[in-house]
Amino acid sequence: MISVNSEKLGSWLKKNLFSTPLNSFISIILITVIFKVSVPFIQWLLVDSVWTGTAADCRQANGACLAFIREKATFILFGFYPREILWRPIVSVILFIGMIWYSKEPHRWNKRLLWRWLKLTLLIALLMKGGIFGFEAVEIEKWGGLPLTLMLSFIGILFSYPLGIFLALGRRSEMPIIKGFCVIYIELIRGVPLISLLFMASVMLPFFLPDGLILPKLIRAQVAIIIFMAAYMSEVIRGGLASIPKGQYEAADGLGLTYWQKMTLIILPQALKVVIPPTVNTMIGMFKDTSLVLIIALFDLLMTTKSALKDASWLGFSVEAYLFVAVIYFIFCFSMGKYSRRLEVEFNRGVRS
Amino acid sequence: MIELKNINKWYGDFHVLRNVNLKVEKGERIVICGPSGSGKSTMIRCINRLEEHQEGELTVDGILLNNNLKNINKIREEVGMVFQHFNLFPHLTILDNLTLAPIWVKKVPKELAEKEALEYLDRVQIADQANKYPGQLSGGQQQRVAIARSLCMKPKIMLFDEPTSALDPEMVKEVLDVMTDLAKEGMTMLCVTHEMGFAKEVADRVVFMDAGQIVEENNPDEFFSNPQHERSKEFLSQIL
Repeated sequence: MISVNSEKLGSWLKKNLFSTPLNSFISIILITVIFKVSVPFIQWLLVDSVWTGTAADCRQANGACLAFIREKATFILFGFYPREILWRPIVSVILFIGMIWYSKEPHRWNKRLLWRWLKLTLLIALLMKGGIFGFEAVEIEKWGGLPLTLMLSFIGILFSYPLGIFLALGRRSEMPIIKGFCVIYIELIRGVPLISLLFMASVMLPFFLPDGLILPKLIRAQVAIIIFMAAYMSEVIRGGLASIPKGQYEAADGLGLTYWQKMTLIILPQALKVVIPPTVNTMIGMFKDTSLVLIIALFDLLMTTKSALKDASWLGFSVEAYLFVAVIYFIFCFSMGKYSRRLEVEFNRGVRS
Repeated sequence: MIELKNINKWYGDFHVLRNVNLKVEKGERIVICGPSGSGKSTMIRCINRLEEHQEGELTVDGILLNNNLKNINKIREEVGMVFQHFNLFPHLTILDNLTLAPIWVKKVPKELAEKEALEYLDRVQIADQANKYPGQLSGGQQQRVAIARSLCMKPKIMLFDEPTSALDPEMVKEVLDVMTDLAKEGMTMLCVTHEMGFAKEVADRVVFMDAGQIVEENNPDEFFSNPQHERSKEFLSQIL
């Protein structure tokens, strides 16, 4: 049994790594590099690392200071949310991820799901904010960490996607006013960095709001992110619309479908499918870009990490801290990418063209 | 049934349709032929407003075709169109391709729409493919589905825009057979085609177009055996 396996391994190696002298040479170099890098890393992370103790213990050791992560994880993940009622953001995040998990099956995409999302959003807002049903109120300013990052990015995606669809349709519209508005919107928003939009939302927007209407900074940042994402999303979707042959439009017209019937039943289902990879690409980019809200002092995941690093008694463990958030970001981004590949396969089933 | 009066159309500076006059009675079968670029496709595409004419008056079944969306939609409900490249909806099954317009445009209940769709599929002899996707069918099958899709809207008029010219030769006959059957049932048809055999067999009239104008209108026997116009003679000598 073992001999068969080693034989298989041998032929696999020969075929994939050592097929030609040049390939063998490259393989040997790469294997050496991987070995040289990963062995010290594993040594640092797992063997020499300090799992419990104080900063002083960490400084004596050569390895990673995981005690720092243990100490600061709560703050990095949840910011200044009151410690006694931490279960509320935890439950919120779990509910949220659970709902995403539930929503990932295309056969569940209907109006009911939309309603469930609305209800869940309300429930999460209630859990986070409190103030009724005997829940202690927590000011929005104290929200932070993972719930904030998830909220900014996923609510951003949730709203910017349909908005992007309308903008893309508008930009291809034959009505000059609608078309002009969409072109100006998209070009204007794409023409400025997200940071400047966030600044505007945090500093300038309050001047334009009617007296007495005070929107929390978080909400203003959320709006800025939605506005920004929508411009990018619309260009991706416009690419999809342009890829649909003219004949599809004509066939729909010829059958007497109205504009909205034509778009929702014929054109968009095909166009959105074509642009799944760039759409998810944009979403992943936006997910990471939400960390820019730290510029207006919102405590998203990256900002809480930075603040954790400023703790005077735990100075000097930035590698561990950034590695920790990197892993969290990676888990979400990687899942999105993997999910998009699955969707592509699913939507192409049965369709050969 | 259809009347075109002094229709003119330009693409920029290019004059595609020049004073086109054509009258089609109920139940008439018209074959339109002519060299490429002569405006024959453009003309029939004007009838259901896939193209817009700039001058002249076009009425379909008594409805004046103008910029009024209501009129356009009414006309489109009465006029079925079959395209050169079938233009089936690739993301829907054959059955859904057929039932979509009846359900959404005519508000036919789903069960009824499906029942009727299957009958039409049966008529074009592909009822067994109802749950497949367009991409899984041959060109000839796809074009027959496209015809059935139009018929599901119970049109009074059918327009065919070179329905067989994108097909492999061995599939042309199956599509023409369906069209011939349709003609025999008394459907009003306008067909842009170079299938002269089909024209001889079913057409009441052949319309020959050149450079945006109707050059000759004649019954098929006369047209093929004794064309009147120089341009028609030249055209026929090249294709026959």
